[in-house]
Amino acid sequence: MLVDLLGGFIQELRAAGIPVSMVETIDAMEALRHTDISDRQAFKSTLGATLVKNARHHAAFEMAFDVYFALERPAPESRSADDPSEPYDLDGLLAELEEALADLDMARIRALARNAVEALAGMESGRPVGGTYYLYRTLRQLDVDGLLERLMGRASAAGSVSMLEERLTREELEGRIRILRDEIETEIRSRLVADRGREAVAKTLRRPLIEETDLMHATRSDLEALDELIKPLTRKMATRLARRRRNKRGRLDFRKTMRRSLSTGGVPVEPQFKSVHPSRPEVFLLCDTSGSMATFARFTLQFTYAMASQFSKLRSFAFIDALDEVTAFFEPGVDFAAALRRIATEASVVYLDGHSDYGRSLEQFWTAYGGFLTPRSIVIVTGDARTNYRDPRPEVLREIAEAARAVYWLNPEPYAYWDTGDSVIGRYRPHCTEVREVRNLRQLEDFIESVVVPTHGAKVRALS
Amino acid sequence: MSDQSLSSPAEVQDALRSVDYLSDDRISQVVYLAERLSKPVLVEGPAGVGKTELAKSLAKVHGRRLIRLQCYEGLDESKALYEWNYKKQLLRIQADQGTDWVDLESDIFSEEFLLTRPLLEAIRSADPVVLLIDEVDRVEIETEALLLEVLSEFQVSIPELGTVAATTQPLVVLTSNNTRELSEALKRRCLFLHIGYPDPDRERQIILARVDGIDEQLADQVSRIVRSVRSHELKKPPSVSETIDWARTLLTLGVTEIEPQTVAETLHVLLKYQSDIDRVAAEFADS
Repeated sequence: MLVDLLGGFIQELRAAGIPVSMVETIDAMEALRHTDISDRQAFKSTLGATLVKNARHHAAFEMAFDVYFALERPAPESRSADDPSEPYDLDGLLAELEEALADLDMARIRALARNAVEALAGMESGRPVGGTYYLYRTLRQLDVDGLLERLMGRASAAGSVSMLEERLTREELEGRIRILRDEIETEIRSRLVADRGREAVAKTLRRPLIEETDLMHATRSDLEALDELIKPLTRKMATRLARRRRNKRGRLDFRKTMRRSLSTGGVPVEPQFKSVHPSRPEVFLLCDTSGSMATFARFTLQFTYAMASQFSKLRSFAFIDALDEVTAFFEPGVDFAAALRRIATEASVVYLDGHSDYGRSLEQFWTAYGGFLTPRSIVIVTGDARTNYRDPRPEVLREIAEAARAVYWLNPEPYAYWDTGDSVIGRYRPHCTEVREVRNLRQLEDFIESVVVPTHGAKVRALS
Repeated sequence: MSDQSLSSPAEVQDALRSVDYLSDDRISQVVYLAERLSKPVLVEGPAGVGKTELAKSLAKVHGRRLIRLQCYEGLDESKALYEWNYKKQLLRIQADQGTDWVDLESDIFSEEFLLTRPLLEAIRSADPVVLLIDEVDRVEIETEALLLEVLSEFQVSIPELGTVAATTQPLVVLTSNNTRELSEALKRRCLFLHIGYPDPDRERQIILARVDGIDEQLADQVSRIVRSVRSHELKKPPSVSETIDWARTLLTLGVTEIEPQTVAETLHVLLKYQSDIDRVAAEFADS
């Protein structure tokens, strides 16, 4: 029984994108033999420790756990919406809930959450929903804001408190309301499972992992979550771009070798090498910040912001149909949100109408900053190369490519859409060291993992 | 304290508490499993939440020696596993001119000429040890492979000597600050434990255990304020070690009750970026 259930659970984790290997499955089984499985938390910790080895997969794990090891609950009866159920003692429930939250009595909160869902969620059998609707419906009727205020009143009734104390109490109580909310959510999921079965519910609840979220359509909270993940990536990027040779040793240092050989009686046992100074690359980042790219642009600017702390020689540029340098907005210590605001208001990236014009922007970059490009410069362009049927001027990119060491183009559009409509990525492609589809964080990771900066001699020439 | 096996997660928790390490249910569950299954634990989480401390405390609990391998970029076999002491080998060859080469060869590749580094040392130790592989995310992904044999088989292969297997089972703890993704191969061999910031209640207990002479009320206030500070969007939220520093500072200053003014004046102990300090100071000035 448990084995079947675990099998299904692991299937679900895999379906959600979490890599669970065979070995880990066996480990989980073995670990469960040493676990008190009647203790739900211990059971969950064991599965978490053996199956999910990445903190950012934890939310997906929680969700699957809730569904697969749902509490036994009766399925909601099918009743029509306009059939008024018997009057329910809402005030009684609220009073009890207030008390339980004030004492942080978890067992009671859980029991009351169960009652609340039963009475207030109005769950209907067979509806293929994820439960968010039921959650808000329940919370609305519980009037959580009012609940918070009453709890605050209860806390301050104990005596006069300072402003600081009041603030701390409020935050703490808000935390408790969140606990209640989570309990209600778990309860609703249990009931959904009872109604429709595990697989079906798991499927409705499944969300793409954060690293697989499409950056063109990411929500604000997705972008905030990405923030955390970007920092380590930029660090990796910095080391990848700086490393040119796998071999860290330089030429033989004859003088040093001879000196060293004195301690071994003149036999040069330890050859000494000159150390190689890793070259510090200069990075030029060009971001399309036009309307169609708004979400992606926010992401690339986020990336730029994080990169700025890694490279001393990084210059960033934003463009729509005109290009402007934005390096100064990303000075160390500057808040990202503030930088974004300043770019929006102060940078002059619009020339005519605010539709992307790649040709013009590249041209502008080349005339104004081309002189700064050296064989150590790396140019990274991010954008969909949709230039609104304006002249793409690929020859300008070619000149840029000749002056710089490498040009990388990161395109957030699916590969299938490239060169359709007004996309001119194919015209730029011959001049780039590499063109990549980067639609999500995983692809960006792959790019950084595999990026090889061409060396001096073997600079990649345009294939055209 | 003696080396005894702990028979339940609750016992692990108590034992850790007795050496002033306050774990929670999850931490003790995973540590318990690690001991039971003889598997390494990979501990991940932000800096300063007690990842390294966990390994140290486990060593104390079991009365074992702690062997530490601090990882860094450029760490290689000769620093992590073993190295032949070739200067000594050379002297040996020079001292023994005329000896048959076959004898000499088997002689100079014996344990006498081996310099053990932390991993081999942990494997060869006669008494069981706690092996701490600290900040494993700092080594390059290629170097990670060095660890794999030690982690899954508890053995080290030395071409000239054969395989050195552990006589006693070391308890292995790896820590990572998650600055990069570790390889699947490494993760597969470990139990995973994420340690985040503690809830105010646990943090209060940590303060009480770690800061001598602090009273319950101040500890309570400190932990609640720190939680509030962490809820802001910060570049670097205060870690547990910074909380402890802050509590000590307040104690030294003779503070008994924290006022917004005190918070603003001592914020630099808690936060390490000027922009963070400004932001939180502004928040607290209003209240």
